[in-house]
Amino acid sequence: MPRSPLQRLLDIGGTLAVLAILGFLLLPAFVVALAAFNDSALLSFPPHAWSLRWFARAIAYRDFQEGVRNGLIVTGWASTIALVVGAAFAFAMDHYRFRLKTAIEGVLLSPLVVPHFTVGLGFLILAAQIGLARTYTIVIVCHVILVLPFVLRSVYVSLRNLDQRLELAAASLGAPPHRVLATITLPLLLPGLLSGWLFAAILSFNEFTASLFVTVQRTQTLPVAMYNYVRDYADPSMAALSVMYIVATAALLTFANAFLGLGKVLNVEHDR
Amino acid sequence: MKTQPFLRSFVTPAALCALGFLAAMAAILQYSVRTFIPGSLEAGGFTLANFAALMKPLYARVFIDTVWICFLTAFFTLIVGYPLAYALVHVRNRLAKSFILITVITPLFLGEVVRTYAWIIVLGNNGFINTVLIKLGIVAQPLQFMFTKFGVVVALVHVTMPVMVIILAAALSHIDRNYERAAQSLGAGPIRAFTTVTLPLSMPGIIAGTTTAFAWTFSAFATPQLIGGGRVNMISNLVYQLGFASFNFPFAASLCVSGLALVLIIMALVGVAARRLESIGPH
Repeated sequence: MPRSPLQRLLDIGGTLAVLAILGFLLLPAFVVALAAFNDSALLSFPPHAWSLRWFARAIAYRDFQEGVRNGLIVTGWASTIALVVGAAFAFAMDHYRFRLKTAIEGVLLSPLVVPHFTVGLGFLILAAQIGLARTYTIVIVCHVILVLPFVLRSVYVSLRNLDQRLELAAASLGAPPHRVLATITLPLLLPGLLSGWLFAAILSFNEFTASLFVTVQRTQTLPVAMYNYVRDYADPSMAALSVMYIVATAALLTFANAFLGLGKVLNVEHDR
Repeated sequence: MKTQPFLRSFVTPAALCALGFLAAMAAILQYSVRTFIPGSLEAGGFTLANFAALMKPLYARVFIDTVWICFLTAFFTLIVGYPLAYALVHVRNRLAKSFILITVITPLFLGEVVRTYAWIIVLGNNGFINTVLIKLGIVAQPLQFMFTKFGVVVALVHVTMPVMVIILAAALSHIDRNYERAAQSLGAGPIRAFTTVTLPLSMPGIIAGTTTAFAWTFSAFATPQLIGGGRVNMISNLVYQLGFASFNFPFAASLCVSGLALVLIIMALVGVAARRLESIGPH
């Protein structure tokens, strides 16, 4: 079919609009990079001299170092617990019938709608009541709850693509249930499990609002340390840290896209 | 019925997590109806005074502002996100597709603090936009973006965009393109084919995206706190202030309860309105 002039005009207009929107999305990252490599503490565009000193300062800043360490402790535990709990539950949701099935699922998915400050305040009050205030435990529990919906979603998608006949075939050939699980189900679910874990880990490492409520100085994670820094200081150390953050995250996601196919995980792409 | 060998061990941990979350929500509910004892973290006996205090103009104002900011953010995120989601689904070049996908979802994983900080140096009085405008001689005095609703909404649209695009793209990718082609081969122009075929078919995605954007914006804390700077307050900021500046946890809890009720009511209303809209829409 020949393309009409109107069609071509729409194509050009659409492309320009999309480029403008991508520009809007990328503008903050671009400006942060300019500020981070700028020698002067005052923002100036374009910068008069370039330097890496804000990177050195950001890396040497104690609160950031401790924030990374605390963040890794919390994220490591939270994403792993969420993966195990979430994958097991998703499997049960897919394969079994049991009481309160939809009720449990509903509660586990509800942190998607409940504002994070409400979740944070709830766990803060709960922690005070059961004597867990100021501990890592309450931070980890809070993060598990917040990332579980994403793990569930990711594992659901790969369970839907799993051919249950393979499990039945293995079972009919005499494999006991745990053997079917270990040699058939788990290997086939591996990409979904990995991407679920990765999502959970990135989201937990970056979770801010609820963390602000449940952490104290000793357990504060990186986003909380960054928030306190932005509130108190105005030098570009934070810009330098942001650049490291953006580069690491984009690299991780590009890697994940190449190996796991993010389009399929996010359900925006299908095999046809 | 087939056997369910791992049922108990697979469901119990999830059930415990659900119980933990319910316990936290119950703690909020319980605190919201107790008296504040100044100077103490303990709460007193039963009262409904916390909810009555929400009627004061000072707090009612924050509720109205919050809903208005959420509405504006959801609306503009939809307008800006739709073309991007459309491009993400329909672009044929694999490299361009990956580029759009990574650009869209990277911000999702950066967290609110990094993104808000970035917007501070874009929008500040000595920030990027003002420096460029002054250097080009377009304005003499820096434009005031910080501490305004406009600044807060711009940053929030950026924060909410990834979720919107992912939800819209998921909906758009499930629409068979042959419908649009059929409409065009029957003589509809590209605009008409879009407004009568693709747009109505993507309505579920638009509704899901808008309600999610609304709920996410409602949850935002760092953006209104840092860019609003105390002059633009959302419920989240008030909750934090009450909890950590005046230690009035009962009142903070009652704000959370009414905020959550408000979100659920608005989302339900949007759902009802959307179903109406669909039933009278073109067929």
